[in-house]
Amino acid sequence: MEYGFTTAAYVVAAVLFILSLGGLSGQESAKRAVWYGIVGMALAVAATLIGPGKGLWPVSLILIALGGVIGLMLAQRVQMTQMPELVAAMHSLVGLAAVFVGYNAHFEMINVLGMDETARKATEGFAALLAKKDGVELSILKVELFLGVFIGAVTFTGSVIAYGKLAGKVNSKAIKLPGGHVLNALAALISVACLVWYFQTGGIMPLAIMTAAALFIGYHLIMGIGGADMPVVVSMLNSYSGWAAAAIGFSLGNDLLIVVGALVGSSGAILSYIMCKAMNRSFVSVILGGFGTTTGPAQEVEGEQIAIEADGVAAALDDADSVIIVPGYGMAVAQAQQSVSELTKRLRAKGKNVRFAIHPVAGRLPGHMNVLLAEAKVPYDIVLEMDEINEDFPETDVVIVIGSNDIVNPAAQDDPNSPIAGMPVLEVWKAKQVFVSKRGKGTGYSGIENPLFFKENTRMFYGDAKASVDKLLTMIE
Amino acid sequence: MKIGAPKEVIAGEARVAMTPDSARQLQKLGYDCLIESGAGLAAGFADDLYRAADVTVVETAADLWAQADIIAKVRVPEPSELGYLTSGKTLISFFNPAGNEAGMEAAKASGANVIAMEMVPRISRAQKMDALSSMANIAGYRAVIEAGNNFGRFFTGQVTAAGKVPPAKVLVVGAGVAGLAAIGTSTSLGAITYAFDVRPEVAEQVESMGAEFVFLDFEEEGQDGSATGGYASVQSEEFRNAQLAKFREIAPDMDIVITTALIPNRPAPKLWLEDMVAMMKPGSVIVDLAAERGGNVEGTVTDEKVVTENGVTIIGYTDFPSRMAAQASTLYATNIRHMMTDLTPEKDGQVVHNMEDDVIRGATVTHQGEITFPPPPPKIQAIAAKPKEKVKELTPEEKRAKEMAAFKAQTRSQVTLLAIGAALILGVGLVAPASFMQHFIVFVLSVFVGFQVIWNVSHSLHTPLMAITNAISSIIILGALMQIGSSSVLVIVLAAASVFMAGINIVGGFMVTRRMLAMFQKS
Repeated sequence: MEYGFTTAAYVVAAVLFILSLGGLSGQESAKRAVWYGIVGMALAVAATLIGPGKGLWPVSLILIALGGVIGLMLAQRVQMTQMPELVAAMHSLVGLAAVFVGYNAHFEMINVLGMDETARKATEGFAALLAKKDGVELSILKVELFLGVFIGAVTFTGSVIAYGKLAGKVNSKAIKLPGGHVLNALAALISVACLVWYFQTGGIMPLAIMTAAALFIGYHLIMGIGGADMPVVVSMLNSYSGWAAAAIGFSLGNDLLIVVGALVGSSGAILSYIMCKAMNRSFVSVILGGFGTTTGPAQEVEGEQIAIEADGVAAALDDADSVIIVPGYGMAVAQAQQSVSELTKRLRAKGKNVRFAIHPVAGRLPGHMNVLLAEAKVPYDIVLEMDEINEDFPETDVVIVIGSNDIVNPAAQDDPNSPIAGMPVLEVWKAKQVFVSKRGKGTGYSGIENPLFFKENTRMFYGDAKASVDKLLTMIE
Repeated sequence: MKIGAPKEVIAGEARVAMTPDSARQLQKLGYDCLIESGAGLAAGFADDLYRAADVTVVETAADLWAQADIIAKVRVPEPSELGYLTSGKTLISFFNPAGNEAGMEAAKASGANVIAMEMVPRISRAQKMDALSSMANIAGYRAVIEAGNNFGRFFTGQVTAAGKVPPAKVLVVGAGVAGLAAIGTSTSLGAITYAFDVRPEVAEQVESMGAEFVFLDFEEEGQDGSATGGYASVQSEEFRNAQLAKFREIAPDMDIVITTALIPNRPAPKLWLEDMVAMMKPGSVIVDLAAERGGNVEGTVTDEKVVTENGVTIIGYTDFPSRMAAQASTLYATNIRHMMTDLTPEKDGQVVHNMEDDVIRGATVTHQGEITFPPPPPKIQAIAAKPKEKVKELTPEEKRAKEMAAFKAQTRSQVTLLAIGAALILGVGLVAPASFMQHFIVFVLSVFVGFQVIWNVSHSLHTPLMAITNAISSIIILGALMQIGSSSVLVIVLAAASVFMAGINIVGGFMVTRRMLAMFQKS
């Protein structure tokens, strides 16, 4: 039987989803865009429940309600600094769901193949769809569900590991098993072999072996990537969860799944591309782990790091007319965003021009800093992107760098031998004075010495970011 | 130690190397100060003013030279003065070492250390003791005042009841310190001011002072002033001709010409020739600040004011700073005081003549019975200005050609991509059944739409974007919903788990996105 109504609802839902993503082009239209997404999703689920998914629909409803309650609680409890973990955890759920749905498609296919002609006619729902397929279509179905399970499995373990690393439950350093990428390649080869095997026989064994291999790839690939590369990893997993949905959509013959999967997949791909570009590294080099190779000895850094106390910073801020704050992951770790916001408010009340400069890879998630600052009630129109603000540094009196390192490293421009040479950076050293709030003298994630800290116009403001900014607040009325 | 300033012996010199103010500062460095009676009178500093600043007033020059360990002077010392020098004394003064062989020999013979103020290197650290600059500044200002004194009209244009007065046109040749001071004074008096310099990089400074830079149509790369310590150097013959041609062109229009062109250790270049003077209107004034070195103008008489046959006044005074003795003395005494600060690192009134110091080494011409002139080049590059790379202006044709090329390249890459994409889809279509192709078309179109839409997403909303894509990627729930009605228990369990997980994701993802977006507030 056909479900004309359901298809119509799917079309509307697809349009709503596209509008919902398109609405994110501006902060105000985004608030409306979420509702488009919600309505689209509700429409799609409702249309499925009264159409092809009506079998056991009360159970489905109860399950959705149960999951919804948990989701609601999560959404309300999560700290904005924990957003990367939450996103990664949710990806893992999508990945796992894709694996399950893929397996189900396999089981149903076996079921249907074992039926005789009359039984086939009596099937309902998804099984009915399968029953109509001919030989070639079934072969294609096998490839589709195989791909769906593969991508889903990689997404699942990858996201779990990414979650662990972001939540600090797994060591965030890049760790590889002996053999490194050879192991990944081997697992990928096994998967390809299983595909051929599965294509020939349609048995459960190759599917199970491939699933194991894919789970391993997801685990091992992400284990080998360090904490600061997480923005790329998370957007890549975002992309994968989309492609998994699309692949499942193919095997289920559901156009809405395909459309949404493709939307999400391309969104994640674009985010990964933007992140890689902002680090001047190729996608492959990020995924394969390790931080660029050097072509020669790094330039010697001359001079010394000069420390300064809070009163010195406060005096400089008092004299300054224009201030730019450059936040990084360190600000999120120290939970300093509220204090920074308070500082901003006080400085702005004195008529100073205070702005924020956000590097695309600051934090552990694309746009992470923007969300943290928004949470702390920093107005979004003073939070600017790198390209918008980089030219303003020479006219700026004071720059405060809070918990960022590599994204303000002048070696990226000056030292062709630096591992981060060519990476676009915020040119904070061109300002009249730079204060760097930092826990200690260590190097950043990349392990590269930062010549900024040794510059004549740089003063190091050592200490925990939140404690430091709070100390400043006592001196600025 | 004692530091003393004698009265200048050269007739007409009104400046003095120590003022009551500078004496107070020197005392802070630990020195006792002496002054010859009447030394500051011409500059407006009477002996009593010095006494009030705890300076000992000494009656005769001989006494002063005998008592003081350090002698600060303005003018190049006369042989009689050098005769007072003995070993262990330090003389700080203008010395003209390049043209004062005899003076250096005399100083060497006496064993005294001599610091020549004009030899202070032109580096940023030494600017506070650069007496040439401080004196040139005064000369530039005074040159305009002197010109105005001899010019029969207003500087500024006026429309009065008695008729319209055109503004005076002033040309300043040489935009060094004196030139820039002259430009500043002239523009603030309201004249239309033009300026010329052989170093095109000073055009910016000239324009910042409100004057118009006179550019030459000359191909040769203008010389880089930073290579010669910020001073001008000798020009090629072609350049000189182009320059003279330009001057000839503008000479009839100019009411006042102030020339300040000097090349270190050379006679002043002749830039304003007789025919240009002849072209100028009667009543025009030329001030030649280079008169001491022979003058930039043909017809300059050193230390004189002459009027040519066609009524052009040429002023060749060399004592402009002395004509503003109070100001000049204050600045010069401050330069000397800064020099003493560098010579007294411990602030204990003891001179440490550190020959390792670039500034002190550069300015010292005799040291412990040795002539130390000329000094080695300073270790620090004089002015570390990199020549600016000029972006070549494109002609409209070149621009259009470039745009065309870019457009073509873009078209080509786009067409290539489209062709490859179309070929791939066709390839798939050849083998795949129609039912697959229907879905495939939907897929390709969705990817295309996705790319178009996502590029417009604002960078600051990337985190909400991830959360919302997360929520909608739970659309996979549709698959699970369709499967949950299966006859197989295993399928039902797996599907139920999927529905549950997707349920968490949908609500969680949308709600967290909403929460985030609600936080974004405009100021």
